[in-house]
Amino acid sequence: MKANYGYHDGSGDFFITIDSNLCTGCVECISSCPADVLEMITDDYDDVVAAVKDEHRKKIKYSCAECKPVDEQPPLPCVAACEPGAITHSW
Amino acid sequence: MTTEYWRWKEYNWKNPDIDWKDAKNITVGVDVGSVSSQAVIMTDGELYAYSNMRTGSDSPESAENALDWALKDTGMTLDNILYAVGTGYGRVNVPFADRAITEIACHGRGANFMYGPTVRTILDMGGQDCKVIQVDEKGKVQEFLMNDKCAAGTGRGMEVFADLLEIPIEDIGELSFQVDEEPEPVSSTCVIFAKTEATGLLRQGWPKNDVLAAYCSAMALRVVALIERVGVEEDFAITGGIAKNAGVVKRLTGYLNLEALQPKHDTQIAGALGGALFAQTLAVKEGKVPS
Ligand code: SF4
Ligand code: SF4
Repeated sequence: MKANYGYHDGSGDFFITIDSNLCTGCVECISSCPADVLEMITDDYDDVVAAVKDEHRKKIKYSCAECKPVDEQPPLPCVAACEPGAITHSW
Repeated sequence: MTTEYWRWKEYNWKNPDIDWKDAKNITVGVDVGSVSSQAVIMTDGELYAYSNMRTGSDSPESAENALDWALKDTGMTLDNILYAVGTGYGRVNVPFADRAITEIACHGRGANFMYGPTVRTILDMGGQDCKVIQVDEKGKVQEFLMNDKCAAGTGRGMEVFADLLEIPIEDIGELSFQVDEEPEPVSSTCVIFAKTEATGLLRQGWPKNDVLAAYCSAMALRVVALIERVGVEEDFAITGGIAKNAGVVKRLTGYLNLEALQPKHDTQIAGALGGALFAQTLAVKEGKVPS
């Protein structure tokens, strides 16, 4: 299952997508994230997978701002940490 | 008393062809949403009864009211129910629930029952959020997106408009087509700004129906942007309160250039129905159904 967490507003699309079919539950992304955006959940189909915390979903653009400077963008820690490539960002 | 234009009718329904006393597996799904709450009772995999009510200020009480109303005149009580699933925004506050399941998974499963196994993309326009869900032939969620940041494209947004224009909410869809020429959508996607914009248009002498048309198409366009992020695969179905508003639905399917499936039941019960279906499976799995 691909879960899109975030929102769409006048300034654009801000979604973090986590693919539970790829996520192995290794928790690497959780420890890599400087803003404590991610957590592990047991989803409705009983898979233990990474997810964006509820309190960050409506302000994800700001929560992730530190990792996304406007000029040169370094690789995102969460994306780099995820070996199976389960995490993608829309912006 | 002032007229409450936003108020829609609460009601319940039961299947006259079913005698629940013959049933082995009786379950309930309760969806406590931000605006409305539904309870759906299933007997041996069939839809037996349901209710649709406004959510009060207290989630546990709203859940109980919805259940009581669905049980009304059936002779059934909570004791006859083997398994209860709570879903929706207030899902963890359903006092009699055996398990809470997210509305995403419940809507997927409910829509699969309501529209059949060919449904692949479900758009749910609820009271305060808007979801796009892709499911497989079993109703299992493959991808989802939920937007609950603002009220545009939601029931609450529509209620604000019904009140502003003093038009009963059920009439909005039809009236929005009674225009000489389809106006440009209002430019604001935020309900608060759209309301201000609409007030301005009324002051400029726009007929109410034109303002409604401009608002319905703005809502439709906004939702199209969300759907396109996930992608739409047919068959396509719309659930939630707004599914009843042709003013939004027809414009939306027009923009997407596809048809939405016709529902067999009230589109607002999809979440609770999915909950009752999960409960049917869980009751068997946990050995609660007598053999
Ligand atoms: S981009 Fe940075 S802040 Fe955002 S989730 Fe990834 S690691 Fe965390
Ligand atoms: S790093 Fe990737 S695989 Fe590991 S828990 Fe996070 S999302 Fe899942």
